[in-house]
Order: sequence, then structure tokens, then C-alpha cells
Amino acid sequence: MADTEKDTLERIRKAQAEWSARREAGEKKFPNRAASFTTWSDMEVPLLSTPADLADAGFDFERDLGMPGEFPFTRGVQRTMYRGKLWTMRQFAGFGSAVDTNRRFKQLLEMGQMGLSTAFDMPTLMGYDADSPRAKGEVGKCGVSVSSIEDMETLFSGIPLGEVTTSMTINGPAIVILAMYFAVAEKQGVPREKVRGTLQNDILKEYIAQKEWLFPVRPAVGLVTDTIEYGTRHYPGWNTVSISGYHIREAGATAVQELAFTLADGLAYVEDCLKRGMKIDDFAPRLSFFFDVHNDFFEEIAKFRAARRIWARLMKDRYGAKDPRSWMLRTHAQTAGVSLTAQQPYNNIARVAVQALAGILGGTNSLHTNSMDETLALPTDEAVTIALRTQQIIAEESGVANLADPLGGSYYVEWLTNKVESEALEYIRKIDEMGGMVAAVERGFPQAEIANSAYHFQRQLETKEKAMVGVNKFQMVEPKRVIPTLYIDRSVEQKQVQRLAELRRSRPQQAWEEGIRLVKDAAQNGQNLCGPIQQAVAAHATLQEVCDTLRGVFGIYREAGSF
Amino acid sequence: MNDNAKIRVLVAKPGLDGHDRGAKVIARALRDAGFEVVYTGLHQTPEMIVEAAVQEDVHVIGMSILSGAHNALVPEVIDGIRKAGLEDALVVVGGIIPEEDFDLLKKAGVSMVFTPGASLTDVVDYIRKNAPTRV
Repeated sequence: MADTEKDTLERIRKAQAEWSARREAGEKKFPNRAASFTTWSDMEVPLLSTPADLADAGFDFERDLGMPGEFPFTRGVQRTMYRGKLWTMRQFAGFGSAVDTNRRFKQLLEMGQMGLSTAFDMPTLMGYDADSPRAKGEVGKCGVSVSSIEDMETLFSGIPLGEVTTSMTINGPAIVILAMYFAVAEKQGVPREKVRGTLQNDILKEYIAQKEWLFPVRPAVGLVTDTIEYGTRHYPGWNTVSISGYHIREAGATAVQELAFTLADGLAYVEDCLKRGMKIDDFAPRLSFFFDVHNDFFEEIAKFRAARRIWARLMKDRYGAKDPRSWMLRTHAQTAGVSLTAQQPYNNIARVAVQALAGILGGTNSLHTNSMDETLALPTDEAVTIALRTQQIIAEESGVANLADPLGGSYYVEWLTNKVESEALEYIRKIDEMGGMVAAVERGFPQAEIANSAYHFQRQLETKEKAMVGVNKFQMVEPKRVIPTLYIDRSVEQKQVQRLAELRRSRPQQAWEEGIRLVKDAAQNGQNLCGPIQQAVAAHATLQEVCDTLRGVFGIYREAGSF
Repeated sequence: MNDNAKIRVLVAKPGLDGHDRGAKVIARALRDAGFEVVYTGLHQTPEMIVEAAVQEDVHVIGMSILSGAHNALVPEVIDGIRKAGLEDALVVVGGIIPEEDFDLLKKAGVSMVFTPGASLTDVVDYIRKNAPTRV
């Protein structure tokens, strides 16, 4: 008769103990390279994992893993995974004027990119027009400048919005940008059901990490809920929010913190929607996510797998979602910008390739690969091409896209997935106790946790406990200029300022006044702002004019300068 | 060599750039090294930074910028603090600064530009050695 599972585990434990004794003898001859071995986020790594370790961690195949495309989605959200459809290769782009970025968009589409992703400049992200005194020196620098519906039209001119999917990375004024985008689609004659894409629109992580905010936390969350509510009714192909861990991680969070804070942000939006009387299965299927893919290969893979499992269970068990699409955590991923080095910048190509592979083995649905020069400036055309080709090489040559969840069942990966999951759940429990993420943000909890992790990591770099090749290890004297960088000219700002002056002069005054009044009234009366803002932007109200109107009602946010 | 305890440093974030990881890490490292550190918080206009520098009578102003707006904002801050009477204050800048902008910044009065990869020790040592001594 066959062994019982218990007997097998006993034998494995015994063998493991004996092996440990023999290994210790070997360690005398070849002492370990380091005092401890940890992940990039400082989790202790076992030298070896076995079925016994998995059993000790409470792993259960049917409950924790199951099949791809099925609850709890640990192995991915599609049954066929990348056989049916590769991840979307989506390179983030945006710089200078709408004309400049429009050109880059077309170039990326020609090179085989599958979707667009828009980066806005700092003034746009903060709800200021290009001619605001606060925009001085910043116009077109970190992304494209969009102050009006005219800019949005130029940005997507010649690009059929019914055929591409577009992602827009903007949060504070996201509701205004969304209105402009759909107005442009309408002008192109595309029915709104056919417009597909994603608005980042995740304001909580702005207070936590990215720090581009406009209003106090609660009314800002209200705007996110407005777009989810409106989008659920009118924009069936649009993801109205992309709950983002990327910026949280880049600001210094560990993998576990990134995962926990992102999911807790998601829960806060869910709670706010439910409070408005929306039904979970009406809006949850369109919630999407965005994670970082950092250096530690297995830790990142475990993070993606744990993310899907936690979210599926929360949606099903905590909120009683019945529609399987509500359980699915669909995610975009981006390789870690913060891992790129200015030193020996060509090394970044290798870093990005490893990170991209982790994202894909983690089952991401969409991916941006960073360009090697992004730590120096915005990427050049050549650098962007290499980054996209990196994804295409993984997709076409490596063979990893031929099967679902290739690392599923790896003793280490499953053990680590459980570990990341349980530590993240512990954070989520703490945040629940504080009254959810809105309250936690208001008391500065995630902000402080991240600052601590960032400082701890920097100290580890100083002591060389963590290595960055070319920075604190294998440094070398480099020629002064290694690679070309993209330079944004001052004339971009001057032209934008002129365009706006012209717009303000030529637009019909009455319709503009009416649009602004509608926004103000709706904000004061606590009504959904999507409709009124659409009317205002159609009447050529600028981004800042709408945002200033809202600032007048909601007030502004100020963070205490603690460190 | 200066005595750290007597050196007051203003860590500032000019412009709309929200990347504050570096600024906060540097602020902490300077504090741990014994300096007196004031952090302005985010989204500061040049005027706000000048006002804070004067009010705290700082020896050193460290500005962190990752948005590319340094050429417009840094000279304005330096102009303001010189006019306000902080002639001797040491000004350093950190962040994503292309090499071709170093000259412009140095001419404007920046004494050192720290780019990604600079170690905390380098920053601390530089400030300790170069901060002005006041009687």
C-alpha cells in the first residue's frame, strides 16, 4: 500500500535534517559569502525548500493554487494565459508638447506596441495650466503638457481611439482628463462603448507616495468614486481606476508594503463605492491594478501571485462578490525605475530584462519596460526601442509564454508566495483596525512606514549589505558622456503659453461661464462631477480653471514636512 | 572642520515634483550626522524656500529636484537668498540633473550637484567641510 502523505513528509523531514548536518560540514570548507541571505526587501531566504516546508506553511494545492483562470487566480487570470493573448506591451510615453508626444505614440504603434500609455508633465499632474506661475520651468519636462481639450485633440490626432487602448497616468485632476479624452473620442466619431483604456486615478497612493495631490483626502477619494460610478454606467470598456503599487514601491516600500498598501487602497475605493449604494459586481470587474517589478526575481513573482490570491478572497469572502470577474486582479506592471543606475547605464538593459521576466512569470497582464537612460532624462528613441524589444524577445524567443504559471509548484516560490501573502494580510489587518486606508493616510501611517524602509535600504547600500553593480560594487571610471539623452527645450513652454492665451481669447465666453458654474454647483451639492466637468471642458474650460473651481469648494491639501 | 551641531541645513523641494524619497533620506542622514535639519515639505515656490532659509538662518540649502525644472528654479532661489542677506549660505543640489546643466547651476551659485548613486557619506562629508562658519 502507498505511503500516507504524513509518512512521506516525515521521511522528507528526516532526509532534510540529515542533509543539513552534512551541509554544515561543507560550510566549514566553503563558508557562506554573507552572514545572512535575504530578499531585496529583507526577507530571510531558506537555502532549500521542500514539500515539508510547504506543508508547515499550511499550503494546500486545491485551496491556494488551483487552476489558471480560476479562483483564487494565483496562477493567473486567464485559463490559457499567454497562449491565447500575450501581455499588452505598453510603453509609457510623454514629453514636450502634444505634437511631440503624438509623434512618439505613432512611432511606438508602428514598432508593434499594443497600447498607448500617457505621461503628463508636473503642472498637468498638479492641475495647473502651462501658463500658471507655478508651472514655470516644468512644462513638458516630465511628460506631455495638456491644459485644454485642444491639447488632448492634438495628442491623439491621427490615432483611432476606437482601435487602440490608452492608459493615462494622472490622478489629482484625473476626472478632468477623462472628460477631455472621451470628448476627443466623440469628436473622432467613436461610440463611447468602443473606447477602451485605463485611467490611473488612484489618489490614495498620491498621499502615500507619489505626492501629486490637489484636494484634501476625502473629497479627492470622492472624485475617484464619481468616476467609478459614472464609468460603470457609461464607459463599459474603460478601467476607471488603476490601483497602483508602483509609486509606493519606488518611494522605498518593501515588496510586502507595496502589496499591502495597494490592496488596502483598493479596499478603500470599494468601501466608498458601496457606501454610495453601488453593487460590488457592477464595478469590481473594472478595477485594475499596477505593480512594480523590482530586482529580487522570486520575491516579485511571489508578490504577483499573492496579490491575485488575496484580492480574489477579499472580493469573494469580505464583499460577497459573485461575478468571477470581480475576483480577478488584472494588473499592469513596470520594471523598477529606481533600480536603474546612472553609472554604466548600459547595465540597465540587463536589469530590465530580468525584471521583465519576473513580471511575466508572475503573470502580469500588461508591461512597461524601462529604458536604460531613464535615470538620466526622458528616454531617447533608441533606448525606448531596446526596452520594447526586450519584451518581444521574451515573448517570442524564451519560451516562457508557452505555458501558464511555469513556477507554480516550486517549493520555494509557493513558500514565498504564502509568506508574502501572510505578511501583507497582517498589514491589511492593521490598516483595517485604523479604520481603513483613508484614516491610515490621514495619520501618516503608510508614509512613515515607507520612509523608514527607504532609509533602511539606503543604509544597507552604504554598508554594502545590499549591492548595486556599478554604484557600490564593480565601480569604474567612465567617460564623461556615455549615452545621448533627450533634452526638452524652453520653447515648448513658450509655445504652450501662447496657445493658451489664444484659446482664452477666442472661446465663447457664455458657454465657458456656464460650464464652470455647473462644476461649482455640483461640487457644492455633492453631486457626481463627471457630467458637469464634461460640459465645462467641451466649452473650452482649461484644466486649471476646472481644478481651481474645485479647489474653491474642497480646499487644498498640505502635508506636514516630516522626515 | 565645522562642528556638525552648529550647522543648520534646509532641505528643500522646489517646484511641483513629488519625488521626496531622496530628500527625506538625505534629511535623515544629515540629522543622524548631527546637523540641525529643517525640511520644507513638497511643492515649494522659490519665495517659500527663501523665506524658510532666512527664518531659520541656515548655513546650507540643499535642493532636491527630479523634474527637470532645476534651471528655472534653482537660480531664482539663490538670487532670493543672496538678496535676503544670506550671502555665505552653501547651496547644493541633488536629483536627476543632466551633466550639461552643471555649468549653468554652478555659475548661478550652486557649489555641488549630487546625482543618483551619490553616497550619504559623501553628502555629509561635503557639507561638513564646506558649510560656512559664522561668528
